[in-house]
Amino acid sequence: MEPLLELRGVNKSFGVVHVLHDVDFAVYPGQVTALVGDNGAGKSTLVKIIAGIYGRDSGEYRFDGKQVEVHGPRDVAALGVEVVYQDLALCDNLDIVQNMFLGREETSTFGLDEVAMETRARETLSSLSVRTVKSVRQSVASLSGGQRQTVAIAKAVLWNSKVVLLDEPTAALGVAQTRQVLDLVRRLADRGLGVVLISHNMTDVFEVADRITALYLGRVAADVPVKDVNHSQVVELITAGRSGDLGISENPATATV
Amino acid sequence: MTDTQSASAASPASSGFDNDNVQAATIGDSAREYVARLRGGDMGSLPAILGLVFLFIVFASLNDKFLTTYNMANLVVQAGSICVMAMGIVFVLLLGEIDLSAGVAGGASATITALVLIDYDLNWALATLAGVAVGALIGLVIGSLVSYLGIPSFVVTLAFFLALQAVPLKLIGSGGSLRFNDPVLRGLSIKNVPVTAGWIAAIVIVAAFAALSLWQYRSLSSKGLVHQPLGLVVLRIVVLGVIVLGLVALLNANRSPNPNFLEIRGVPWVLPVVIGLLLFWTFVLTKTRFGRHLYAVGGNAEAARRAGINVQRIRIAAFVICSSMAALSGLLLASYVGKVSPGSGGGNVLLYAVGAAVIGGTSLFGGRGRAIDAVIGGAVIATIPNGLGLLNQASYINFLVTGGVLLLAASVDAISRRRRSSAGV
Repeated sequence: MEPLLELRGVNKSFGVVHVLHDVDFAVYPGQVTALVGDNGAGKSTLVKIIAGIYGRDSGEYRFDGKQVEVHGPRDVAALGVEVVYQDLALCDNLDIVQNMFLGREETSTFGLDEVAMETRARETLSSLSVRTVKSVRQSVASLSGGQRQTVAIAKAVLWNSKVVLLDEPTAALGVAQTRQVLDLVRRLADRGLGVVLISHNMTDVFEVADRITALYLGRVAADVPVKDVNHSQVVELITAGRSGDLGISENPATATV
Repeated sequence: MTDTQSASAASPASSGFDNDNVQAATIGDSAREYVARLRGGDMGSLPAILGLVFLFIVFASLNDKFLTTYNMANLVVQAGSICVMAMGIVFVLLLGEIDLSAGVAGGASATITALVLIDYDLNWALATLAGVAVGALIGLVIGSLVSYLGIPSFVVTLAFFLALQAVPLKLIGSGGSLRFNDPVLRGLSIKNVPVTAGWIAAIVIVAAFAALSLWQYRSLSSKGLVHQPLGLVVLRIVVLGVIVLGLVALLNANRSPNPNFLEIRGVPWVLPVVIGLLLFWTFVLTKTRFGRHLYAVGGNAEAARRAGINVQRIRIAAFVICSSMAALSGLLLASYVGKVSPGSGGGNVLLYAVGAAVIGGTSLFGGRGRAIDAVIGGAVIATIPNGLGLLNQASYINFLVTGGVLLLAASVDAISRRRRSSAGV
């Protein structure tokens, strides 16, 4: 299967710190790819490069099989790649509809077209079977963590995105809310989207992911289907960079970092 | 802005999203929801309206001249420049910034306008444009410094507050003053709209508001979107109608102190100017992308940036609007006093404007505020010196009271913000 989004040989340094080493990363349509790694492994940097917030020092950014130039979040959004951040990036003082359309408001001759925006927001929420928000005109400040996560994901879906990246979507959630969000993640993939799930929680990963890409100190330690690995192997990949014949052969800690 | 929300008061979280088509079906629901919002700390302009009523009762009971139509018309003219500057201040407050230089920016701009009128004999429109251009330029520099260099706006505008006082001092000279007697610009404060024109304008405004509200109600309710109950829509129209028509009736009555010798009637020209600006900026804030982005940057600048909004440009635009409105406000102030002097725009002019915006319900913490807040708050602030003046109080009292009111408004803002974050309204 052809990957929807692919990074090849990406390097990134901040000053003298070399954060990403020749990273290859692929996202396939209809699949949930889990991006795992310890703190400081480079997950967030990789996500920000995909999101267009950081530039690359070297490496290719490919979308739909073609190399593309991305220079900022707008270019990435135009490709159909949406990122849902850990800290959610919602404006508390705006309501759900306003947040979902932020930066891409629809207008008519008389200014903002609230009717069209509210209608589309409703359609999107219903299509995702979101039944937890009371009103689409509720301010985001009044929502629970799970509801905020839902809105952030729905915002990504609203734009007919092809790839959605979710940065620790369940980190701050309770059991029931985690359940809702994971269901939603699965539904996104079932709709044919390429979903990237960044998570520390192995239970979540094994529950919804189809592939696992493990980062270790800025390198890809493994990129494998979930069914080929077990829980403890992934933990070894995260903490040591290798597990049996999987993983990085040399010890990168002494190599270049 | 906030008025479009009308979530039903107490439905359980489990209730389906698909069930919310009928929103706040009755006035009773809306009333309960409003009380819930107040309790949650979302006070809006309510403190300002209560404050205005309180001030009117106090001053009316202490001095029988206060409620005369002559003084009311005077109050409208005095409030004009405060409201206009406060509308500009709302834009920077929305971003959580402050502009301490707005008062003196107005003074500097008015100086330029007066000089252009006197030295080059340009017509009033070009002279006004020159003044506003000066204001816009000041705002552009302030905004760029804040946005690109990242200097806190408090410091940048404090520096401008000091430096800009040099402009009129250099151009006019210490102790001097420039006459400000252009018939149109001076006329804004001392001339009145013809009585019939005033009535026609008032009726047009009320009718347009009614038509727009009902049209919006129909289009929202027919599509099953969130809307206010019809009763509330009608109530709003009635309240607006009473205020607008009542004000025009008051100002169209003969208010001459000697009605037998002289007739003074009509709405002072400054009022249509303020209303025009109010409508324009309300449209910009609520119906345009730029307005939406202003709120977004004020609410969460990082979220706005990630949504692809150019935060720096929005910030600069807010300062440009603020200083341009300050320039207009400086012109109105010059129009009221009939001259521009080196001290114009200094003193408590800025304090009044910030006070007006905050009292009206604009938050000092960013993300919350409307253009109408500035007008309601401006009416409150203007009432204080007006009433105290009639009571022949020493001017130190005026400073004390105004400072106290500003502090009170800021406290209400801070407390309601805390309540909001705990109540999640």
